[in-house]
Amino acid sequence: MHEMSIAQNLIRIVEQEMAQNEARKLLRVKISYGRISAIVPEALQTAFQALIQQTPLEGAVLETKEVPLKVRCRECATDFSPQELDLLIMTCTKCGAEFGHEVISGKELLVEEMEVE
Amino acid sequence: MQIKVLRNILEANDRISDQLREMFRQKGILVINLMSSPGAGKTSLLEKTLDQLRDEFSMAVIEGDLQTSNDAERIAATGAQVLQINTEGGCHLDSSMIQEAAGKMDLDQTDILFVENVGNLVCPAEFSVGEDYKITILSVVEGDDKPEKYPLIFAESRVLLLNKTDLLPYVDFDVDKASGFARNINKNIEIFPLSARTGEGLEPWHDWLRKEVGRKKQGN
Repeated sequence: MHEMSIAQNLIRIVEQEMAQNEARKLLRVKISYGRISAIVPEALQTAFQALIQQTPLEGAVLETKEVPLKVRCRECATDFSPQELDLLIMTCTKCGAEFGHEVISGKELLVEEMEVE
Repeated sequence: MQIKVLRNILEANDRISDQLREMFRQKGILVINLMSSPGAGKTSLLEKTLDQLRDEFSMAVIEGDLQTSNDAERIAATGAQVLQINTEGGCHLDSSMIQEAAGKMDLDQTDILFVENVGNLVCPAEFSVGEDYKITILSVVEGDDKPEKYPLIFAESRVLLLNKTDLLPYVDFDVDKASGFARNINKNIEIFPLSARTGEGLEPWHDWLRKEVGRKKQGN
């Protein structure tokens, strides 16, 4: 349940950005998380909503977006996204190589944008 | 009003982790973040490694546990410097905890600092603690599909230690399959099968530590 610490870190960033932009109210914040980052979006929602209760952020909506896993083939350097259930064997769409590709995206955890008043 | 942010949510943790990494670099300390499920053998492996390399290196351990100091007492019995962090239910160590712990230790003569993370294959993988390398222990009784089920921790690890190989005759664990999954998600991962209990296979792991300590001392 590290979503609680992730939610705390998210709120700290939101508060900094609001202060910088002289915003009073947070309407919406959007984050993106990689397919293989260890995030359970529902748990993050729960943690975020619990932490903002009875604070100036109360009522804000958290949007989460999953970033697909993208790898680069070790043989032919083609970038491709393995299918959801295809993690076990990631066959290169161009040359068919199966193992040892390099992960290019799918591990990130970012605050993308906020809507404030 | 719309604000474009594009900030890493764990930037605060990463910032302290970078400061720690710089401090450890200046002192020439190799720092290992050791992760696994509960009961995979982190403490048992450390006991063996601390004992067998005691004449070669000065080693210290930061012990992360939800509760109790049982593991810290086992480590202290090897003569190594040890500091206990109780996370009081927290599922992982973060860089500020390591910063506080390191401040209480005398690390000037230390060659290797092991950070024994809280037993958990999910949460610790997200949080850097100033380490050179994350290392995951997977014991063969846990099943060979773990790299597939918990991809991040294997994607982030430099070394995978497959522990409890003495139990291989009794469990359906396919070493090649587990290794294949791990390499699938991490082409650079080095894999050492070993048994902390019998001592079998420890030497290649210790050679790896010797090589990395040497590299660290040269400032690479």
